[in-house]
Amino acid sequence: MSLTIAGESFGSRLILGTGGASSLAALEEAVKASGTELVTVALRRVEAAATMGGGLLDLLDRCGVRLLPNTAGCYTATEAVKVAHLAREAFETPWVKLEVIGDERTLLPDGVELVRAAEELVADGFTVLPYTTDDPILARRLADVGCAAVMPAGAPIGSGLGVTNPHHIALIRQNVEVPVILDAGIGTASDAALAMELGCDGVLLATAVTRAADPARMAAAMRHAVEAGWLAAGAGRIPKRFHALASTPDEGRPDL
Amino acid sequence: MKVLLNGTAHVLPDGATVAEAVAAATDRLRGVAGAVNGRGGTRTGWPGPGAGDGDQIEVLTAAQGG
Repeated sequence: MSLTIAGESFGSRLILGTGGASSLAALEEAVKASGTELVTVALRRVEAAATMGGGLLDLLDRCGVRLLPNTAGCYTATEAVKVAHLAREAFETPWVKLEVIGDERTLLPDGVELVRAAEELVADGFTVLPYTTDDPILARRLADVGCAAVMPAGAPIGSGLGVTNPHHIALIRQNVEVPVILDAGIGTASDAALAMELGCDGVLLATAVTRAADPARMAAAMRHAVEAGWLAAGAGRIPKRFHALASTPDEGRPDL
Repeated sequence: MKVLLNGTAHVLPDGATVAEAVAAATDRLRGVAGAVNGRGGTRTGWPGPGAGDGDQIEVLTAAQGG
Protein backbone atom coordinates (compact mmCIF):
# COMPACT_ATOMS: atom_id res chain seq x y z
CA MET A 1 0.00 0.00 0.00
CA SER A 2 3.02 2.29 0.36
CA LEU A 3 3.59 5.28 -1.90
CA THR A 4 7.11 6.20 -2.96
CA ILE A 5 7.95 9.73 -4.09
CA ALA A 6 11.54 10.73 -4.85
CA GLY A 7 12.81 7.66 -3.02
CA GLU A 8 10.81 8.39 0.14
CA SER A 9 8.21 5.85 1.18
CA PHE A 10 4.86 6.68 2.80
CA GLY A 11 2.55 4.15 4.41
CA SER A 12 -0.56 5.97 3.18
CA ARG A 13 -1.49 7.05 -0.34
CA LEU A 14 -3.58 9.89 1.04
CA ILE A 15 -2.02 13.34 1.40
CA LEU A 16 -4.02 15.75 3.52
CA GLY A 17 -4.18 19.52 3.18
CA THR A 18 -4.69 21.49 6.38
CA GLY A 19 -6.64 24.42 4.92
CA GLY A 20 -10.22 25.13 5.93
CA ALA A 21 -10.36 23.40 9.33
CA SER A 22 -12.63 25.09 11.84
CA SER A 23 -10.20 24.51 14.71
CA LEU A 24 -6.85 22.93 15.41
CA ALA A 25 -8.57 20.26 17.51
CA ALA A 26 -10.80 19.27 14.59
CA LEU A 27 -7.77 19.24 12.30
CA GLU A 28 -5.80 17.00 14.64
CA GLU A 29 -8.63 14.48 14.83
CA ALA A 30 -8.94 14.50 11.05
CA VAL A 31 -5.20 14.05 10.44
CA LYS A 32 -5.13 11.10 12.82
CA ALA A 33 -8.28 9.52 11.34
CA SER A 34 -6.97 9.91 7.78
CA GLY A 35 -3.88 7.81 8.42
CA THR A 36 -1.87 10.21 6.26
CA GLU A 37 1.87 10.60 6.66
CA LEU A 38 2.25 13.73 4.52
CA VAL A 39 0.43 17.00 5.20
CA THR A 40 0.53 20.34 3.39
CA VAL A 41 1.06 23.69 5.08
CA ALA A 42 1.12 27.24 3.73
CA LEU A 43 3.54 30.06 4.52
CA ARG A 44 1.96 33.27 5.79
CA ARG A 45 2.88 36.34 7.85
CA VAL A 46 3.30 35.40 11.51
CA GLU A 47 0.37 37.56 12.66
CA ALA A 48 -2.02 35.94 10.17
CA ALA A 49 -0.72 32.47 10.99
CA ALA A 50 -1.34 33.12 14.70
CA THR A 51 -5.02 33.95 14.07
CA MET A 52 -5.33 30.72 12.08
CA GLY A 53 -3.95 28.71 14.99
CA GLY A 54 -0.35 29.24 16.00
CA GLY A 55 0.24 25.70 17.17
CA LEU A 56 0.05 24.08 13.76
CA LEU A 57 3.61 22.77 13.68
CA ASP A 58 3.31 21.33 17.19
CA LEU A 59 0.07 19.62 16.16
CA LEU A 60 1.66 18.07 13.10
CA ASP A 61 4.60 16.94 15.22
CA ARG A 62 2.18 15.16 17.56
CA CYS A 63 0.59 13.44 14.56
CA GLY A 64 4.01 12.26 13.40
CA VAL A 65 3.47 13.46 9.83
CA ARG A 66 5.89 14.95 7.38
CA LEU A 67 5.37 18.51 6.09
CA LEU A 68 4.77 19.42 2.47
CA PRO A 69 4.93 23.24 2.23
CA ASN A 70 2.91 24.82 -0.57
CA THR A 71 3.17 28.02 -2.58
CA ALA A 72 -0.55 28.75 -2.38
CA GLY A 73 -1.57 32.22 -3.46
CA CYS A 74 1.29 32.73 -5.92
CA TYR A 75 0.38 33.99 -9.40
CA THR A 76 3.84 34.11 -11.00
CA ALA A 77 6.82 31.78 -11.21
CA THR A 78 9.01 34.44 -9.60
CA GLU A 79 6.73 34.70 -6.58
CA ALA A 80 6.36 30.92 -6.22
CA VAL A 81 10.12 30.36 -6.37
CA LYS A 82 10.66 32.95 -3.62
CA VAL A 83 8.00 31.36 -1.41
CA ALA A 84 9.50 27.89 -2.00
CA HIS A 85 12.90 29.16 -0.86
CA LEU A 86 11.41 30.74 2.26
CA ALA A 87 9.49 27.53 3.01
CA ARG A 88 12.68 25.50 2.66
CA GLU A 89 14.30 27.84 5.15
CA ALA A 90 11.38 27.78 7.58
CA PHE A 91 10.62 24.07 7.54
CA GLU A 92 14.02 22.66 6.62
CA THR A 93 12.67 20.57 3.75
CA PRO A 94 13.39 20.78 0.02
CA TRP A 95 9.94 19.34 -0.74
CA VAL A 96 7.38 21.74 -2.14
CA LYS A 97 3.86 21.51 -3.46
CA LEU A 98 4.23 24.00 -6.28
CA GLU A 99 1.14 26.08 -6.97
CA VAL A 100 1.12 28.89 -9.51
CA ILE A 101 -2.43 30.04 -9.90
CA GLY A 102 -3.62 31.57 -13.16
CA ASP A 103 -7.07 32.79 -12.31
CA GLU A 104 -8.73 34.02 -9.12
CA ARG A 105 -12.15 32.63 -9.96
CA THR A 106 -11.17 29.07 -10.89
CA LEU A 107 -7.85 28.88 -9.00
CA LEU A 108 -6.65 26.67 -11.85
CA PRO A 109 -2.89 26.54 -12.49
CA ASP A 110 -1.07 28.72 -15.01
CA GLY A 111 0.79 26.08 -17.01
CA VAL A 112 3.41 28.40 -18.49
CA GLU A 113 4.42 29.88 -15.15
CA LEU A 114 4.21 26.47 -13.50
CA VAL A 115 6.75 24.84 -15.85
CA ARG A 116 9.05 27.84 -15.51
CA ALA A 117 8.95 27.69 -11.70
CA ALA A 118 9.33 23.90 -11.65
CA GLU A 119 12.40 24.03 -13.87
CA GLU A 120 14.06 26.63 -11.65
CA LEU A 121 13.26 24.84 -8.39
CA VAL A 122 14.37 21.43 -9.65
CA ALA A 123 17.67 22.99 -10.77
CA ASP A 124 18.00 24.42 -7.26
CA GLY A 125 17.65 21.01 -5.61
CA PHE A 126 13.98 21.07 -4.64
CA THR A 127 11.72 18.01 -4.73
CA VAL A 128 8.87 19.52 -6.70
CA LEU A 129 5.28 18.24 -6.62
CA PRO A 130 3.34 20.56 -8.93
CA TYR A 131 -0.41 21.14 -8.74
CA THR A 132 -1.32 21.07 -12.41
CA THR A 133 -4.31 20.86 -14.73
CA ASP A 134 -5.65 17.60 -16.17
CA ASP A 135 -3.69 18.27 -19.40
CA PRO A 136 -1.63 15.14 -20.20
CA ILE A 137 0.89 17.11 -22.29
CA LEU A 138 1.54 19.64 -19.53
CA ALA A 139 1.94 16.77 -17.05
CA ARG A 140 4.59 15.25 -19.30
CA ARG A 141 6.39 18.58 -19.58
CA LEU A 142 6.48 18.82 -15.77
CA ALA A 143 7.83 15.29 -15.48
CA ASP A 144 10.40 16.04 -18.18
CA VAL A 145 11.81 19.00 -16.25
CA GLY A 146 12.35 16.74 -13.25
CA CYS A 147 9.28 17.00 -11.02
CA ALA A 148 9.08 14.18 -8.49
CA ALA A 149 5.33 13.70 -9.09
CA VAL A 150 2.55 15.40 -10.99
CA MET A 151 -0.66 16.43 -9.24
CA PRO A 152 -3.50 17.10 -11.65
CA ALA A 153 -6.72 18.73 -10.47
CA GLY A 154 -9.81 16.58 -10.60
CA ALA A 155 -11.82 19.81 -10.51
CA PRO A 156 -11.22 23.36 -9.19
CA ILE A 157 -9.96 23.67 -5.61
CA GLY A 158 -12.73 23.44 -3.05
CA SER A 159 -15.42 22.75 -5.69
CA GLY A 160 -16.19 19.20 -4.58
CA LEU A 161 -17.04 18.34 -8.20
CA GLY A 162 -14.95 15.16 -8.16
CA VAL A 163 -12.99 13.91 -11.16
CA THR A 164 -14.48 15.89 -14.05
CA ASN A 165 -12.28 14.45 -16.79
CA PRO A 166 -11.50 10.83 -15.91
CA HIS A 167 -10.13 10.12 -19.38
CA HIS A 168 -7.44 12.78 -19.06
CA ILE A 169 -6.44 11.54 -15.61
CA ALA A 170 -6.00 8.04 -17.06
CA LEU A 171 -4.00 9.51 -19.96
CA ILE A 172 -1.72 11.35 -17.53
CA ARG A 173 -1.06 8.05 -15.75
CA GLN A 174 0.03 6.60 -19.11
CA ASN A 175 2.04 9.70 -20.06
CA VAL A 176 4.45 9.98 -17.12
CA GLU A 177 6.65 7.65 -15.10
CA VAL A 178 6.52 9.64 -11.86
CA PRO A 179 3.68 9.22 -9.33
CA VAL A 180 0.36 10.85 -10.24
CA ILE A 181 -1.49 12.38 -7.30
CA LEU A 182 -5.06 13.55 -7.89
CA ASP A 183 -5.11 16.96 -6.24
CA ALA A 184 -8.18 19.16 -5.75
CA GLY A 185 -11.85 18.79 -6.54
CA ILE A 186 -12.59 15.74 -4.38
CA GLY A 187 -16.00 16.01 -2.74
CA THR A 188 -16.61 12.65 -1.15
CA ALA A 189 -15.11 9.19 -0.73
CA SER A 190 -16.28 7.77 -4.07
CA ASP A 191 -14.37 10.55 -5.89
CA ALA A 192 -11.15 9.48 -4.18
CA ALA A 193 -11.83 5.82 -4.97
CA LEU A 194 -12.45 6.69 -8.64
CA ALA A 195 -9.18 8.60 -8.86
CA MET A 196 -7.31 5.57 -7.58
CA GLU A 197 -9.22 3.22 -9.91
CA LEU A 198 -8.11 5.43 -12.81
CA GLY A 199 -4.55 4.57 -11.90
CA CYS A 200 -3.54 7.46 -9.66
CA ASP A 201 -0.84 6.68 -7.13
CA GLY A 202 -2.38 8.86 -4.47
CA VAL A 203 -4.91 11.55 -3.64
CA LEU A 204 -4.36 14.96 -2.06
CA LEU A 205 -7.41 16.62 -0.55
CA ALA A 206 -8.25 19.19 2.08
CA THR A 207 -11.65 20.86 1.81
CA ALA A 208 -13.61 17.62 1.43
CA VAL A 209 -12.41 16.68 4.92
CA THR A 210 -11.84 19.96 6.73
CA ARG A 211 -15.20 21.47 5.72
CA ALA A 212 -17.23 18.27 6.10
CA ALA A 213 -19.81 18.30 8.88
CA ASP A 214 -17.76 15.61 10.63
CA PRO A 215 -14.14 16.02 9.46
CA ALA A 216 -12.72 13.02 11.35
CA ARG A 217 -15.41 10.72 9.97
CA MET A 218 -14.85 11.97 6.41
CA ALA A 219 -11.08 11.60 6.89
CA ALA A 220 -11.60 7.96 7.82
CA ALA A 221 -13.87 7.54 4.78
CA MET A 222 -11.16 8.99 2.53
CA ARG A 223 -8.56 6.67 4.05
CA HIS A 224 -10.70 3.64 3.22
CA ALA A 225 -11.68 4.99 -0.21
CA VAL A 226 -8.07 5.49 -1.27
CA GLU A 227 -7.18 2.01 -0.07
CA ALA A 228 -10.25 0.49 -1.76
CA GLY A 229 -9.58 2.29 -5.03
CA TRP A 230 -5.95 1.24 -5.04
CA LEU A 231 -6.85 -2.39 -4.34
CA ALA A 232 -9.55 -2.36 -7.04
CA ALA A 233 -7.20 -0.79 -9.59
CA GLY A 234 -4.81 -3.70 -9.14
CA ALA A 235 -7.49 -6.38 -8.93
CA GLY A 236 -8.48 -6.41 -12.61
CA ARG A 237 -12.09 -5.34 -12.79
CA ILE A 238 -14.58 -7.20 -15.01
CA PRO A 239 -15.35 -5.71 -18.41
CA LYS A 240 -18.58 -3.71 -18.68
CA ARG A 241 -21.33 -5.55 -20.64
CA PHE A 242 -24.46 -4.24 -22.31
CA HIS A 243 -26.53 -7.26 -21.26
CA ALA A 244 -26.65 -9.37 -18.16
CA LEU A 245 -24.41 -12.35 -17.51
CA ALA A 246 -25.91 -14.80 -15.07
CA SER A 247 -23.71 -15.56 -12.12
CA THR A 248 -25.69 -18.69 -11.24
CA PRO A 249 -25.24 -21.55 -13.74
CA ASP A 250 -28.25 -22.93 -15.64
CA GLU A 251 -26.85 -26.44 -15.28
CA GLY A 252 -28.81 -28.52 -12.75
CA ARG A 253 -31.83 -26.21 -12.77
CA PRO A 254 -34.91 -28.30 -11.74
CA ASP A 255 -37.93 -28.84 -14.01
CA LEU A 256 -40.85 -27.80 -11.88
CA MET B 1 15.44 53.41 11.07
CA LYS B 2 11.94 52.98 9.71
CA VAL B 3 11.01 49.69 8.08
CA LEU B 4 7.84 48.00 6.91
CA LEU B 5 7.53 44.84 8.97
CA ASN B 6 4.85 42.55 7.55
CA GLY B 7 3.20 45.57 5.98
CA THR B 8 3.19 47.69 9.13
CA ALA B 9 5.52 50.61 9.90
CA HIS B 10 8.08 49.79 12.59
CA VAL B 11 11.07 51.59 14.03
CA LEU B 12 14.12 49.43 14.57
CA PRO B 13 17.58 50.41 15.87
CA ASP B 14 19.87 51.61 13.09
CA GLY B 15 21.73 48.68 11.54
CA ALA B 16 19.36 46.12 13.07
CA THR B 17 19.99 42.64 11.76
CA VAL B 18 17.31 40.57 10.10
CA ALA B 19 17.37 38.35 13.19
CA GLU B 20 16.45 41.39 15.29
CA ALA B 21 13.67 42.27 12.87
CA VAL B 22 12.35 38.71 13.09
CA ALA B 23 12.48 38.90 16.88
CA ALA B 24 10.41 42.11 16.72
CA ALA B 25 7.71 40.19 14.85
CA THR B 26 7.64 36.89 16.69
CA ASP B 27 9.20 35.06 19.60
CA ARG B 28 9.13 31.85 17.61
CA LEU B 29 12.40 30.36 16.50
CA ARG B 30 11.15 27.27 14.75
CA GLY B 31 9.33 27.26 11.44
CA VAL B 32 10.07 30.91 10.70
CA ALA B 33 11.56 32.51 7.61
CA GLY B 34 12.47 36.13 6.96
CA ALA B 35 12.85 38.11 3.75
CA VAL B 36 14.16 41.63 3.17
CA ASN B 37 12.88 43.39 0.07
CA GLY B 38 11.72 40.07 -1.37
CA ARG B 39 15.02 38.30 -0.79
CA GLY B 40 15.02 35.47 1.70
CA GLY B 41 17.72 35.35 4.31
CA THR B 42 19.08 32.04 5.42
CA ARG B 43 18.89 31.15 9.07
CA THR B 44 22.66 31.34 9.31
CA GLY B 45 22.70 34.57 7.34
CA TRP B 46 20.27 36.37 9.61
CA PRO B 47 22.76 37.82 12.02
CA GLY B 48 24.79 39.12 9.05
CA PRO B 49 23.82 42.07 6.89
CA GLY B 50 21.48 44.48 8.58
CA ALA B 51 18.28 45.92 7.22
CA GLY B 52 18.28 49.48 5.92
CA ASP B 53 15.97 52.44 6.26
CA GLY B 54 12.78 51.92 4.25
CA ASP B 55 13.31 48.18 3.81
CA GLN B 56 10.35 45.86 3.55
CA ILE B 57 10.73 42.90 5.87
CA GLU B 58 8.50 39.84 5.78
CA VAL B 59 8.45 37.34 8.66
CA LEU B 60 6.56 34.18 7.78
CA THR B 61 5.57 30.90 9.38
CA ALA B 62 3.32 27.87 8.94
CA ALA B 63 -0.39 28.39 8.40
CA GLN B 64 -3.18 26.06 7.43
CA GLY B 65 -3.24 25.51 3.68
CA GLY B 66 -4.19 22.86 1.18
